[in-house]
Amino acid sequence: MAGRRKTPEINAGSMADIAFLLLIFFLVTTTMNNDRGIARMLPPMAEEDAPKPPQIPARNIFIVMVNANNDLLVEEEPMNISLLKDAAKGFIMNQGKMKDLSDSPQVAVVSLQNNRLTSYDMYISVQDQLTQAYMELRNDASQKEFAKNYEDLSKEDAKVIKKAIPMNISEAEPVKG
Amino acid sequence: MSRFKKKGGGGTPEMSTASLPDIVFMLLFFFMVSTVMRDSSMKVKNILPQAMETKKIKHKSRVNYIFVGEPMDAETYGNQPRIQLNDALADLSDIQSWVVGFRDAADEKEIKLLIASIKADKNVTMGIITDIKEELREVQQYKINYSASQKAK
Repeated sequence: MAGRRKTPEINAGSMADIAFLLLIFFLVTTTMNNDRGIARMLPPMAEEDAPKPPQIPARNIFIVMVNANNDLLVEEEPMNISLLKDAAKGFIMNQGKMKDLSDSPQVAVVSLQNNRLTSYDMYISVQDQLTQAYMELRNDASQKEFAKNYEDLSKEDAKVIKKAIPMNISEAEPVKG
Repeated sequence: MSRFKKKGGGGTPEMSTASLPDIVFMLLFFFMVSTVMRDSSMKVKNILPQAMETKKIKHKSRVNYIFVGEPMDAETYGNQPRIQLNDALADLSDIQSWVVGFRDAADEKEIKLLIASIKADKNVTMGIITDIKEELREVQQYKINYSASQKAK
């Protein structure tokens, strides 16, 4: 058996270069997936011949207004944005105790009205504060009911909490600035 | 006669670089998995507002983006906030046909799950955002998302 040669080894030294090249290509052409945000549902358009919606008693509405200068007016009182979360929580979880706050979380409605010149940044801050208020209340409720965080609940359990504390945020037509 | 005499000159031995490709490939795969292709070039300024209670969007294929902000090219388009759909600047009136367009492209079962994500610059005013929301309501695109970056807790 003569002439059976070994296959020569391939030089793998340039492999690193090739891999680096690919790596840099992907670094440049891709972005990190940072899709986060505040999810909302828009209300359907009002139909013309639709029956008038039932009147909600004033105590069950929590009016939040933001003007063109990004000032906050909550229930006719100026308020700092940092206090909005606790004010909203107090309103939602009132359970009929105070007579100008809500009867129960199920009927409580947060009404949000902004000006056309309100900055988007401020609007998101307000929405964020309200979302935080609802999320903290749901967390408390789920801790009480299931001894778990709201986020860790199963779908059915989360539905129970969602029904107990529905997120009723209604947006009024903005004022022309 | 020393038993432990060094052979050769005594320079530092060469390091083996055989595992270098493996390391680089590992990095490469990490980036391939954790990133996505940049799909549209930005024609408007877009610095997202920050929020604490943000949620991650799970199904990326169901999301369609409406970018809002001042045009990058202020000389041509002025400095009023504009809307960008896909790769081009658009007007309010284009939103409805744009929604119909991505609905046609989507799977029939998923039409109700499609999300319109408003990626607006934090310096725009609510006027244009409200107009966009009205347009979306008119084509029954109710599921929306306000894009925001996560504020550190």
